[in-house]
Amino acid sequence: MSVITIVFAVLFYVATAILLVFTAHKIWQYAKTPAPLKIPTTPAPTTRSGVVFRMIKELTIFESLFKANKWTWLFGWMFHFGLLLVLLRHLRYFTDPVWGWVVFLQPFGKYAAFMMLAGLAGLWARRIFVDRVRYISAPSDHLMLLLLIAIGVTGALMTFVEHTDIVALKAFFLGLFVFNWSALPADPILIVHLSLVILLMIIFPFSKLLHAPGVFFSPTRNQVDNPRERRHVANWAARLESTKTG
Amino acid sequence: MAAAEFETPKIREYPIIPRLQEGVMAHSKPFVAKPDFQEKLGYPGELVDNWKEVAIEKMGELTGKYRSLQVFLDSCVKCGACTDKCHYYLGTTDPKNMPVARQDLFRKVYRRYYTLSGKLFPKLVGAEDLTEEVLDDWYSYFHQCSQCRRCSVYCPYGIDTAEISMAAREVMDAVGKGQKYCNEIIGKVHVIGNNLGLPEPALADTLEGLEEDVEEETGVQVRFPLDEKGAEVLLVTPSADFFAEPHIDGLIGYAKVFHQAGISWTLSSYASEAANFGMFIGSYENMQKLALRIRQAALDLGVKRIVFGECGHAWRVAYSFLNTLAGPFDFLDPDYPVPQHICEVTHSLIQQGKLTLDPSQNDDMVLTYHDSCNVARASRMGDRPGGQFEIPREVIRSVCNHYVDMPSYSIGEGTYCCGGGGGLLTDDLIELRVKGALPRMEALKNVVDDYGVTHMAAMCAICKSQFSKVFPYYDFQMDQVVSVHQLVGNAIVLQPEEENRSEADQSEEAQDQAEAA
Repeated sequence: MSVITIVFAVLFYVATAILLVFTAHKIWQYAKTPAPLKIPTTPAPTTRSGVVFRMIKELTIFESLFKANKWTWLFGWMFHFGLLLVLLRHLRYFTDPVWGWVVFLQPFGKYAAFMMLAGLAGLWARRIFVDRVRYISAPSDHLMLLLLIAIGVTGALMTFVEHTDIVALKAFFLGLFVFNWSALPADPILIVHLSLVILLMIIFPFSKLLHAPGVFFSPTRNQVDNPRERRHVANWAARLESTKTG
Repeated sequence: MAAAEFETPKIREYPIIPRLQEGVMAHSKPFVAKPDFQEKLGYPGELVDNWKEVAIEKMGELTGKYRSLQVFLDSCVKCGACTDKCHYYLGTTDPKNMPVARQDLFRKVYRRYYTLSGKLFPKLVGAEDLTEEVLDDWYSYFHQCSQCRRCSVYCPYGIDTAEISMAAREVMDAVGKGQKYCNEIIGKVHVIGNNLGLPEPALADTLEGLEEDVEEETGVQVRFPLDEKGAEVLLVTPSADFFAEPHIDGLIGYAKVFHQAGISWTLSSYASEAANFGMFIGSYENMQKLALRIRQAALDLGVKRIVFGECGHAWRVAYSFLNTLAGPFDFLDPDYPVPQHICEVTHSLIQQGKLTLDPSQNDDMVLTYHDSCNVARASRMGDRPGGQFEIPREVIRSVCNHYVDMPSYSIGEGTYCCGGGGGLLTDDLIELRVKGALPRMEALKNVVDDYGVTHMAAMCAICKSQFSKVFPYYDFQMDQVVSVHQLVGNAIVLQPEEENRSEADQSEEAQDQAEAA
């Protein structure tokens, strides 16, 4: 077994553990931190099901972003929807037999890479050329785009230009699940692709990528507008209640 | 501090997103609270020696108490959606008035001390130590946010800069660097009951004078009751309604509505203030203490309903927080929401046909309406989402014949703040207030030129005071801003025999009751 196989097998275990443990920790932190006051951005739904609909719109069509800026919305949506298709397509490397709907998505997932890359390029162009967005960008904001673009480009290269040994690659990943490792093809493009993915997994819970779990916990979006009907006292606020008169 | 000289921004035909001009508003700072006022609210009198440690610890405490703060600090991806949404950015062009940049003043310190990436690679992720310069920036720019929530409408994660501003102000209070305007006012309410520090005798005197004025003008005795036990409605209204123009005309409007509908009502000298500045400084404790005065007044006076007068941030605290802070209000009439907005009351009376209105009384005006930021984006009226836009407009249309809306991007949920909200309505911030009003002035100019609008109705004490002050800078007249209930008051047709009629009604009712018994 090659050194590369061993290194990458270990890295994938470590990266997955970091991603899961620290993201779970963040989710737990968001969940346990109280929201002591009703602060939905109104007009807001007055029912739970209305809130679910509002959240679905935010998650699928980026409703608020659409109101804000059509270019950012377009590029952002292209990137995220492209990424979703690409990720779903990648399920074929982790499942055996491959599920029917993943087979169906295969051609869409392949070409979605271009949509994703175009979206990322657009977002980066805004970050460089729009003075307001340039002002608020830290080095990490540029590097994050670079990282995603590099992952996308190396992936697309393997899909459309320089194929790797996909059968061996799949065996490698399936082997990871059952702790029975098999050799990872040592193609340079594949190695770069996988290295960057591992980096992304490790960075995720410590970076702005936390917007993915965060959006579910945003009180301005996920609260029901019913403060006159229901009290909403957080634990720490309840302790102040004892001093209340009347 | 000498009054800074500044240029009033030019009104442009079409709003254009301005180019950044770094640091142009760094000098804008409100007066710092004196030790006396700080200590009254339980804060250190002046900047404590170990302020850095205290501030950092306070940040950690707040992220543990408010999910909003924790999630908002982590989630921003710097997409830029909010960058052109703040009226203070549009009016001043200072990049630190872009919502995300304002948040970043706080976020970069949070990252430095509370995140792994910020501890390990501060330069890379834009994390920074808390220094005197940073604290200075905080004091300057967190007092250039009116907590209007416009940015939160457009953020894909709903990040509300108001929450960050409140937290930053709370941290600054905790280290002894509070703002004079807010903290002095909160102190007054704790002791006297209103922002103006107007004691009971002065209030009684003012109301008496109003009764005389209205009787002189209409020939009808419209009452302005104070501390009357057993009244049906406790009216809690911003204290500016007792003396400022055009606020006081709004108060007269409320009184006429209650009078004609035959609803007994009272003001309270103990809770003679609707505004709750505790929210502006992010202090749950102060906000609750102020809210509890209203509960106490309602209990003491034995009222059945609580109604709030025209005020924006006050209505946010009332609608969204009062029940939580000072409830449950199970001792009030369960048939009415607690609290109610005066516009909800008037609107439903109009629908029931209980008000006699003559809209032609307002024919000397062509009106438009300014949605107050906190009514629009932080509260509701009526049963349906968006009622806060429809109900005031329906009221205005019922009492006026000439009404047009300002451009759609500047009203409803996208409304621009007046420029004076969130604890900034103080003369030491006049440059900020004038510049921050620019987007609203442009939208107003638009309908003035195109539709001959002569007056803008507003429904918030801060908006009314702010517009009266800044209108002249933009070549409008200060009396071009009017209260919504001023229009209602103008249109209500009061007839002297009405008193007889209501007496007749009452005796009829008494008879019915006697028969029933």
